[in-house]
Amino acid sequence: MDKNVIPVGPYHPLLEEAEYFTLQVDGETVVDIDLEIGWMHRGHEFMSESKTFTQSLYLVERICGICSTSHPIAAVHAMEDVDNIEIPLRARYIRTLVGELERIHSHLLWLGLAGHFIGYDTLWMWAWKYREPVLQMFEIISGNRNHYGMMRIGGVARDVDPSKISKLMDIMDEIEKKIEMIAKAANDDPVLKSRLKGVGVLTKKDAIDFCAVGPTARASGVPIDVRKDEPRDAYDLVDFNIIVTENGDVFDKTVVRLLEIFESIKICKQCLEKLKTVNGGIRNNVKEISAGEGIGRYEAPRGEVFHYVRTDGTNRPVRHKVRAPSYVNIPTFKASCKGIPLADALITLAAVDPCYCCTERSIKIIDKNNESRKIDLLKLSREKTEQIRREMK
Amino acid sequence: MNFELFFYLLVFPGFLFTAILGLTVGWVDRKVSARFQYRVGPPFLQNFNDFFKLLGKETIVVKDSVKSMFVIAPFVSFAMLALVSTIIGTSLFFNISFGGDLIVIMYLLMIFSVMVVIGGSSTGNVYSSIGFGREIKLLLADELAFILVLLVPIIKSGYQINLENILTAQVNGMFINSASGIIAFIIGLLCIQAKMTLPPFQIPEAETEIVEGPFMEYSGPLLAFWKLNHFMMYVIFPFLLVLLFWGGFSFNGIDILWSVLKYLLIVVLMIIIKNTNPRVRIDTALSFFWKYATPLTLIAIVLAVFGY
Repeated sequence: MDKNVIPVGPYHPLLEEAEYFTLQVDGETVVDIDLEIGWMHRGHEFMSESKTFTQSLYLVERICGICSTSHPIAAVHAMEDVDNIEIPLRARYIRTLVGELERIHSHLLWLGLAGHFIGYDTLWMWAWKYREPVLQMFEIISGNRNHYGMMRIGGVARDVDPSKISKLMDIMDEIEKKIEMIAKAANDDPVLKSRLKGVGVLTKKDAIDFCAVGPTARASGVPIDVRKDEPRDAYDLVDFNIIVTENGDVFDKTVVRLLEIFESIKICKQCLEKLKTVNGGIRNNVKEISAGEGIGRYEAPRGEVFHYVRTDGTNRPVRHKVRAPSYVNIPTFKASCKGIPLADALITLAAVDPCYCCTERSIKIIDKNNESRKIDLLKLSREKTEQIRREMK
Repeated sequence: MNFELFFYLLVFPGFLFTAILGLTVGWVDRKVSARFQYRVGPPFLQNFNDFFKLLGKETIVVKDSVKSMFVIAPFVSFAMLALVSTIIGTSLFFNISFGGDLIVIMYLLMIFSVMVVIGGSSTGNVYSSIGFGREIKLLLADELAFILVLLVPIIKSGYQINLENILTAQVNGMFINSASGIIAFIIGLLCIQAKMTLPPFQIPEAETEIVEGPFMEYSGPLLAFWKLNHFMMYVIFPFLLVLLFWGGFSFNGIDILWSVLKYLLIVVLMIIIKNTNPRVRIDTALSFFWKYATPLTLIAIVLAVFGY
């Protein structure tokens, strides 16, 4: 039996970022899949240790361009966890509002990309067109369309102007109508259904075994959601459901995300309603953080994002560890991509909404024999380039 | 050899006319698709600019490829399409045709797909090899349905395989006005979608899966000719449908407008199908053509035999 290897990556139209999957195929059926991460050198955790707490919030915001407020929320949770800092009620609503708006924009972005990956460019453009008002809302709230810079230890950076709330509500209504239309169109399309139903099934057992999180797990029937399991901010004050479906295929992952958009809209509306009446400050002044450890969890659009901070009483973290949701979701390909046609495997790769730049880590290599000797990554990279150049000749 | 023959082949309705009209209609396709998707779309001359720019670019031939095959494939398929457009065009515009030219068209159109396979297989690229494998499967899927579709006008015109006679048989009534004609027309439209590898049958080229498949290693003038081939098909296939089912073109007074509308309607139908469907899997395409399209066309043939 002849087996061919199909390389998907490091640069491939399916992946917006550098990542390398090798698909072993027999004809067009995927027999095995192997993944290699480490194509992007980040070093965010290391950089965070050389910055003050407030500065490092801006830094973690830039870990990912799409979930750019989930990382800061998880980071402030971790830093507040060290000293059990309470934040004002108004700030809690604003945090939740920004977080949920981000979920809407991220899910719409994924829906568009998924459309593009199965050759449905019209869906792509429509989804992204209806994502635009969400970015306008961000601009009204924070002044930025992306990278909002809203989070601070002890509260949020900017207040939501009460005179803008009615306008925000109007945009929210408009978005809801448009998304209802697009969800109905996607749900009723027989070709789309036949293309995505039963494709790339991740069973409940596999989802638990691979510790999948977020919509990937919820589509497989695992009701896991940090917003309900460990509510912080305003999540215990608002009413919403977590969406769980049973089949675990790509279609269900789409359905979970589409329905989650409606839940997010519900939460945003409740938050905006409360912001009309809840008064008070938006930030407690935090002078210093004592020595200790803190853990912050937040349900990012892709699943649970986890930040761990250790402090020593100075104004900067001693250790800042980040675990992004894609880090646990990407290995589920091992279970969901085997034994299915190539065309299905590739949309399955995209269906967990992988974010590779969140996942990537810089690696520090230490010589086993001489532990004090650190091997320079730059030097290694140059040596490898030279080796490839020699082989090419 | 007379001058007229060269004029037919090279200027009108052959290569030059088909190429220019094809690139123009290619612009219509891109513009309408863009409006579908709330985009602005490219300027009118974009396709021409793309073509001439590609002509001036470097051609990179893969080291391990079969060079002769790699280079010859786009040009042979281009010659095939120019010939097909001449055959269809002369019978549409000048009422000149020869016995059995519909069969020649069937063969030449199949050679185009074969050339895609040869060009794709000559490089040894892994994406190209999957792409040409899919092209063969797609050819197996749509070819039978396509040939059966072509049989319907043959039967309806009283078993004439001559394009001119098929046209004259439609003077009293276009074939699309009958039950068998409309079925065959719709299936023919879908077959064309597959033959042109447009969505939902964009399977061999699937950009996000196998990176344009057979055309992956092509660059420069060779790629320019593949692109031109694609745009020329925007002329050939609608013309063929108009000829076989819709009574050809007429150029008397207001009929010119009606002729242009006929052609544009078919093109817009193709664009609508292209923009409202995701790309299907190859096995779905196979089962669609073999389970539904082919039996439906067989029904159309039976209807045509009984005169419906």
